[in-house]
Amino acid sequence: MGDIGLLIGGFGDALSPANLAFAAIGVVLGTAVGVLPGIGPAMTVALLLPLTYALEPTSALIMFAGIYYGGMYGGSTTAILLNTPGESSSVVTALEGNKMARSGRAAQALSTAAIGSFVAGTIGSVLLVAAAPLMVRVAVGLSEGDYFALMVLALLAVTAVLGASRVRGFASLFIGLAVGLVGLDAISGQARLTFGVLQLIDGIDIVVIAVAIFAVGEALWVASRMRRTAVEVVPVGRPWMGREDWKRSWKPWLRGTAFGFPFGAVPAGGAELPTFLSYVTERKLSKHPEEFGKGAIEGVAGPEAANNASAAGTLVPTLALGIPTNATAAVLLAALISYGFQPGPLLFQREPDLVWALIASLFIGNLLLLVLNLPLAPVWAKLLRIPRPYLYAGILFFATLGAYAANLQTFDLWLLLAFGVLGLAMRRFGLPVLPLIIGVIIGPLAEERMRTALTISQGSWSGLVADPFSVVVYAVVVLVVAFPLYRRLLPARLGGRRGRPGPVLDVRDARPEHEEAHR
Amino acid sequence: MSATAAPRAAATRAPRRRRDLSQLGVCVLLLALGAVVFADTATLSQGLVDEGVVGPRPVPYVVAAGLVLTAVALAVDVLRGGRGQVEDGEDVDLSAGTDWARLGVLALVFAANVLLVERLGWVVSAAVFFGATAKVLGGRSLLRGIAVGAVLSLLTFYFFWTVLGIQLPPGVLDGVL
Repeated sequence: MGDIGLLIGGFGDALSPANLAFAAIGVVLGTAVGVLPGIGPAMTVALLLPLTYALEPTSALIMFAGIYYGGMYGGSTTAILLNTPGESSSVVTALEGNKMARSGRAAQALSTAAIGSFVAGTIGSVLLVAAAPLMVRVAVGLSEGDYFALMVLALLAVTAVLGASRVRGFASLFIGLAVGLVGLDAISGQARLTFGVLQLIDGIDIVVIAVAIFAVGEALWVASRMRRTAVEVVPVGRPWMGREDWKRSWKPWLRGTAFGFPFGAVPAGGAELPTFLSYVTERKLSKHPEEFGKGAIEGVAGPEAANNASAAGTLVPTLALGIPTNATAAVLLAALISYGFQPGPLLFQREPDLVWALIASLFIGNLLLLVLNLPLAPVWAKLLRIPRPYLYAGILFFATLGAYAANLQTFDLWLLLAFGVLGLAMRRFGLPVLPLIIGVIIGPLAEERMRTALTISQGSWSGLVADPFSVVVYAVVVLVVAFPLYRRLLPARLGGRRGRPGPVLDVRDARPEHEEAHR
Repeated sequence: MSATAAPRAAATRAPRRRRDLSQLGVCVLLLALGAVVFADTATLSQGLVDEGVVGPRPVPYVVAAGLVLTAVALAVDVLRGGRGQVEDGEDVDLSAGTDWARLGVLALVFAANVLLVERLGWVVSAAVFFGATAKVLGGRSLLRGIAVGAVLSLLTFYFFWTVLGIQLPPGVLDGVL
């Protein structure tokens, strides 16, 4: 297959000393900030977006890929040692992981998370190599209307499936879509929502929005309700696993991977659902069900693998279709756009070197992560003790730098503050951030697709449902949106124990449990 | 909708608080934004596009309608006792009330930096910004914060200049740096 040749070429690019260095920097940065409280991988990539103005695209994307995987891993460290999951996908890891840490098995919990992440990340990357070109092959045959349908699906799925409250998800989505409208309409030449402000003609820089919502919003949010008491960090030695731990871990790793990748790869996925499904499955299959809730290693191994495999899977629609379904992938896509690449299947044809070097760097980054994380775990744990005032002052400092350096105009800093306040309000009122970011990025692309489709069909709405593909996608959209209406009809088994209504709800129900444990 | 689930979550979280009506502010914001989008779109013309082909207006109208609809739906949800899942975090104490004073001072510090960054230059302004933010966020010594900030701002200034080829404003230190 030609893809293998391209992948080998990609390894050649990614293994050049400079790119290897960028991968290493990315992995270290990613892990460090993943561990650092308050900073997730999406915020890191957002804060580093300004580098795209000067770095060569391949190098920058290789670094971002390292951050992507590194951040996932770092997040699990925080979940295990602090019992405070940095992002929703590590909620499940915290359930068993922190119990293990408290009973003196922090080293084993960190090991099974690290090795499981490596296994899942590597298998996930292999599957990505196999699946992405397939999806590209399908995607090049898609019409503009099909694309629009897929984008609608991605927008609605991210909004309706992932969050805790659908109406708040939609509120966030529409705010994002409105922000995405700002600027000159490329097709008609009309300025929309610019209110005569010259700086708004080109639209609002995605760097500014991402940094504001992720970084400034988070810093303000923490400032508004600062924890007075220091959090308790479980001490950790050098990670290792005994024979019994290996025996109990390897199957959950593989099963977790099997859950995670498909959920990541469909343009409606996410990491919460597969991590939770993996947790439920492991509890059911475990020979030690009595340990669940008290620190069962399977409950860390499975969900962590699912989390990482889903991260790899998310790159399939991100690269092949230009449709990201998690925040980090969305920012990654923003980086591609700011380089002037058109995301979508043509990316594989126009920039094969870039894409395959990026994919190859995923394998390298994964290996680097394993090599780094096992010995360095105690060092990462120290990062959890960084003085909070300096940490958040630093976040605001780099946020300001990133937003200002984008265009060297103070106007962007006012925007940064305004959107930062919006980010604060969203956190306070429980509006999920992801639909807004995805809305800002995908909204304009979707509008363009729709209008092109309708131009081709000369204004007839049939242009949007011209072939079976888009009809099927719209059927899925209806299923997704109508989910709460028929959820009760599903067998209770699907929702896990005690006949809970549905898996989505269950993830949330798991939260109070771990919060109680926290006290 | 979350109406069935949210009260349960709220009940487990805290001993039965009353409806969180401050959320209606979000509804007002959504409504206002919807109105702005609607009003702005109404001023648009078909532009360079032929009649009969989709112009710049339909999508903003849909977005405006979506904003208004979600505002109404959210208001209903709030009045029925729904509440959002407030974001948790490592350094967030959800039981504490909002610290408006700290937020206000932080916003002022931020605004000061925006106003000063081109006059004083990145290095000076950002160093003071870092120090002041750290102090507002509970740091002990303002001077130590500014010192740390100065190191950061000098490093970033030279990094952007030499590596990225972007010159941040030198300001009062023009010629010195």
